Amino acid sequence: MSYIIPVIILLILAYGHLKGVKVYEAFIEGAVEGMNITLKIFPYIVAMLMAIAMLRCSGGLDFILYILKPVTAFIGLPAEVVPLVIMKPLSGSGALGILADILKRVGADSYPGVLASVIMSSTETIFYTITVYFGSVGIRNIRHTLAAALIAEVTGVVASVMICSRFF
Amino acid sequence: MINKLWFYMIAIAVAFAATGNRLSLVTEAIMKSMQSSVELGLGLVGGMMLWCGVLKVAEKSGLVDRMAAAIRPVMRLLFPELPAKSSAMGSMIMNITSNMLGLGNAATPLGLKAMQELQKLNLRKESATNAMCLFLVINAAPPVFIPATVMSLRSSAGSANPGFIIVPALLASLAALTVGIISCKLLERVSGVVR
Repeated sequence: MSYIIPVIILLILAYGHLKGVKVYEAFIEGAVEGMNITLKIFPYIVAMLMAIAMLRCSGGLDFILYILKPVTAFIGLPAEVVPLVIMKPLSGSGALGILADILKRVGADSYPGVLASVIMSSTETIFYTITVYFGSVGIRNIRHTLAAALIAEVTGVVASVMICSRFF
Repeated sequence: MINKLWFYMIAIAVAFAATGNRLSLVTEAIMKSMQSSVELGLGLVGGMMLWCGVLKVAEKSGLVDRMAAAIRPVMRLLFPELPAKSSAMGSMIMNITSNMLGLGNAATPLGLKAMQELQKLNLRKESATNAMCLFLVINAAPPVFIPATVMSLRSSAGSANPGFIIVPALLASLAALTVGIISCKLLERVSGVVR
């Protein structure tokens, strides 16, 4: 699947070209946005990498993983990926910091590295989204939203494990 | 919530380090983490510029509208109670399309707009409608075709194949989405307030 990235880029650029988009100028415009987005998420990565590094080398993380072991072993979740699964529903940028830490330590192409990347892209920051979306229109009774969203989130994690373990 | 979580991560770390005599290790880890976040951030900038650039071309060429047209029939099936041409429907479709293309930054304002439009159709202003709940659940597991940030991070971490994750992630999120929608439709019958 190593051709997937060049193919996607070519397809999008070709479609834009056919539609008369000034592809080079549009690309630069987007790249500037990309630079600003990275600048914005950078502080979150710093904060989260620091906290997770402290937690790991103090032995605190081992303790938390030990407590969660019965659940994670049941799903087949490698210990390295557990902090990501806990963080992702709460904060996207926090989860990004943790994913960065995982990829750096176990390698982006290892099984836990790939699994973490897949979980990161197939689940969402549900607590954050629910708070902001309902908060913005003043809704207090969210009824079954959280339950259904959590079911979706857990399904995403379990499906990620089932799919990724097939590739390794 | 994230404020508490972050604080307790650090508090637990210091407590464990103090009791286990590992404080000097923690000091070292803090300094090292700063260094690695800078390396990571620099690696990330390149990938994010690439993908945001490509996605801008997609946006300008009307690819977003094309995808929106493709998912409209599915949305009508999922939200039969909403008028097909309503602006609530329109905003929801644009929000979900943006999410699918990995345009997270564009998706949030559209999602908030959709919530406002849905609220206009709501008779009990303090309580969520079935449509709102379902919309949020779809937002909890949108299938992402171009996970730009994750791919950038993978390149930055030295991956030989950053795009390897696209198909597995799509499959996993489709599973999550399907189960989420079914649970939502089942739960809405028992969760009290109905509009």
